[in-house]
Amino acid sequence: MADLRINFAGIKSPNPFWLASAPPTNSGAQIHRAFETGWGGAVWKTIGAPVLNVSNRYGAWHFGRQRMLAINNVELISDRPPEINLREIAEVKRAWPDRAVIVSAMVESKPEAWHEIVKRIEDTGADGIELNFGCPHGMSERGMGAAVGQVPEYCEQISRWVMEMATIPVIMKLTPNITNVVMPARAGVAAGVNALSLINTINSIVGVDLDSLELTPNIAGKGSHGGYAGPAVKPVALNMLASLGTDEVVSRSGLPISGMGGIATWKDAAEFLLLGASSLQVCTAVMHYGFRIIEDLCDGLSNWMDEKGFETISDVVGKSLHRVSDFENFDLSYRAIARIDSDKCIKCNLCYVACNDTAHQCIDLVSPDGSIASPYAYDVRTSGKTAATEARPQPTVREEDCVGCRLCYNVCPVDQCISMVEVPSGREPITWSELSEQQVAVTNNWEAMKTWREKTGIHID
Amino acid sequence: MGPVPNEKRGSLAEQLPPLTDNAAAVESDRCLYCYDAPCTHACPTHIDIPSFIKRIASGNLRGSAQVIYASNLLGATCARVCPVQELCEGACVLGADHKPIAIGRLQRHAMDYARAHHVLPARRGDRTDHRVAVIGAGPAGLSCAGELARYGHTVTIFEKRSMPGGLSTYGIIGLREPMEIALEEARMIAELGVEIQSDRELGKDISMPDLQRDFEAVVLAVGLGRTPQLGIDGEDAIVDGIDFIEASKTGPEQLKIGQNVLVIGAGNTAIDCATIARRLGSGRVTMVYRRTEHEMTCYEHEYRFARDERIEFRFLTQPSRVLLDSERPVGLECLRVELGGPDGSGRPAPTLVTGSEIVLEADQIIKAVGQQKPALVEFLGLRAVSGFIDVDSEFETSIAGVYAIGDCIRSRGAASTVMAVQDGKLAAAAIGRKLMAQPSTTEAR
Repeated sequence: MADLRINFAGIKSPNPFWLASAPPTNSGAQIHRAFETGWGGAVWKTIGAPVLNVSNRYGAWHFGRQRMLAINNVELISDRPPEINLREIAEVKRAWPDRAVIVSAMVESKPEAWHEIVKRIEDTGADGIELNFGCPHGMSERGMGAAVGQVPEYCEQISRWVMEMATIPVIMKLTPNITNVVMPARAGVAAGVNALSLINTINSIVGVDLDSLELTPNIAGKGSHGGYAGPAVKPVALNMLASLGTDEVVSRSGLPISGMGGIATWKDAAEFLLLGASSLQVCTAVMHYGFRIIEDLCDGLSNWMDEKGFETISDVVGKSLHRVSDFENFDLSYRAIARIDSDKCIKCNLCYVACNDTAHQCIDLVSPDGSIASPYAYDVRTSGKTAATEARPQPTVREEDCVGCRLCYNVCPVDQCISMVEVPSGREPITWSELSEQQVAVTNNWEAMKTWREKTGIHID
Repeated sequence: MGPVPNEKRGSLAEQLPPLTDNAAAVESDRCLYCYDAPCTHACPTHIDIPSFIKRIASGNLRGSAQVIYASNLLGATCARVCPVQELCEGACVLGADHKPIAIGRLQRHAMDYARAHHVLPARRGDRTDHRVAVIGAGPAGLSCAGELARYGHTVTIFEKRSMPGGLSTYGIIGLREPMEIALEEARMIAELGVEIQSDRELGKDISMPDLQRDFEAVVLAVGLGRTPQLGIDGEDAIVDGIDFIEASKTGPEQLKIGQNVLVIGAGNTAIDCATIARRLGSGRVTMVYRRTEHEMTCYEHEYRFARDERIEFRFLTQPSRVLLDSERPVGLECLRVELGGPDGSGRPAPTLVTGSEIVLEADQIIKAVGQQKPALVEFLGLRAVSGFIDVDSEFETSIAGVYAIGDCIRSRGAASTVMAVQDGKLAAAAIGRKLMAQPSTTEAR
């Protein structure tokens, strides 16, 4: 049984799963319930400046029958007065000394406002503070949240004010609504924060109602960009997480990173850990299914770690980070091709149409007699299940023409039916960066490129 | 004990409920959207099934209905009566280690929408002055007439019965297709501009020379006849299975149901008769068949269905005589059968075992052993193949300008509604091509 305990910048929790600062952490009663269910920690919904909320504040993106692949919201920070929140924070921390209780804060961009909130938070006995530099709606119009997070200088200035006062760990939360998320992270490093977290929600309009032509969700005839989160944003979050882990300044600082953005299953969690997160925050999946999902998150992660021989979370953290690279370092001689397992293949032909219409035209439909069939070539006078299935051609990859694009692998609905198989290319390994150094003409002149291809045996029609 | 009283009777209402909108959405999303899909190949009318299902999934029900109509005007009937296990669903790629998509029920969902929202099949061409007569308003006739109307031709259907729809109206058990569906479908065909004249029988109310004078083409879509004679003593006391099903739809209250019923035959119609008897309260229903379950012509799923209805089977048994008590049947004398080598149909030939007489008790005997060949063959002097009307690849009979489609030409393979619909569609296209290649009898506009 793997040890799921973490020590994140001095904040300890029995497992790496924290509820993210969001509606699920709006009150003491909710967090009590979450901790009873097994959550390792919670980042209290942001407290700070006075706000009012609106109805129809959550939108969602559904795909097919899958509800809420992403949520989109215009809910602001806590609309409960700070004293109520602070009292409940103290109560929760007293009741749950072994859990991580972190308080998210966002106040006006004045040193005295930040000094005061830090002090009041520390008085609760909370384990840490998260600086909300990411809220993309409402608060940003008032010069807070993302309005800060999008300007590294502001991040650094405010973090410095916080660090002047704070005696407990401070986590700076980053907004993804920025060209390069590394810049505000470096600002955090410069200001001396204790940890980073990402990603906050992404600016989004979730849809338009086709009956009323109003935005979705509709707030008395109006709508706005709202914060986008949930399974659909996971790839964006992973990329930003990896970009911090591979940045020289950020990685040398050794600041731990709390990862979030679309974690819904233990598999997602493991991927965040592998790319460098050492605590994990969850929101949308909980808003979809409730606190109970913690059971499979812990159980699944633990079982996977056991299978892989990882004993502690820190064994996992960052394990795949060294594989994050750039195109210029890829081996241009690496060759993989798609292979279709005809025993598993159900002949839906989705690989065929994807390859033929949109990729590289290297899958044939091969009839039982070995001839190449055209789609819809059957005799229309035949019908019935036997005629339709017995003579149905088998999609087959023409390996010599396959460029290994992996589109067919992605569209195939059958597990382990199409595999990408590494095959020898017969060429010496070489990267674009090496090629640019060794034979610069090849990389900036088509004629030189053609000659080089011929010489090395690369044929692209 | 008399027949089953009305108050003890069960229902023959449509068995499968319509899919709810949500169920249809869930099921349609499950469809993989195969390319060059086997379900489409397996469908005799080659409906673009993935396309209509994806339109249900996207919420484009109107478009979904048009995709079905593009290949099959009688999609509402076919969704209910097609042996989908043998056709589209039987070919579904998800069938192997999962569950095939419920194509029939999704098609019904789209067709129900079309009916409720009055979505009519799209036209294929401008109005012409060509005139075509269609004899018979069954699935083949309706399909052909509707398609010809879509091409812009003027079509009149002559139907000998008082209601259109043919077997869909009169001959399909109500559990699968209620009469209203067939009648609604015929109304939809009429709305395409087809005139349907009821109670008009060829050879009685209308003559072929008159048709040939008034129309440029005549399409025979007359189906087949009643159940053939068994040639046994007391046969007059046996109920014709086709009449039995018809009565169950037109006047189930007047239909007499025995307490102990024998059904002779083991095809799909025989199973329908047995099912009606069971559902309407008969205590015991036994099917009597001279071969075994391996040779039965009913579909496998129908056989399973019958057993689930607790219908009994008596194989290797050949009726020889009806036992009567004051003209009412009290039993069926049968002989045991042994199977020999293959006969003309490729199935083992049954041989009667002499002296093996047994008597099966019954207060009602129904026969469903196929249908008589079309009488028109002789009446019109048409060339025939094993009693069925012979046609060329364009559905033209031995009389020029006279075409035939549907069960009356099905000399090979099992007759089915969907094949009849396909015939109608193909014949309409062939006739249309010919009509458009020649000037119309009246001056074109």
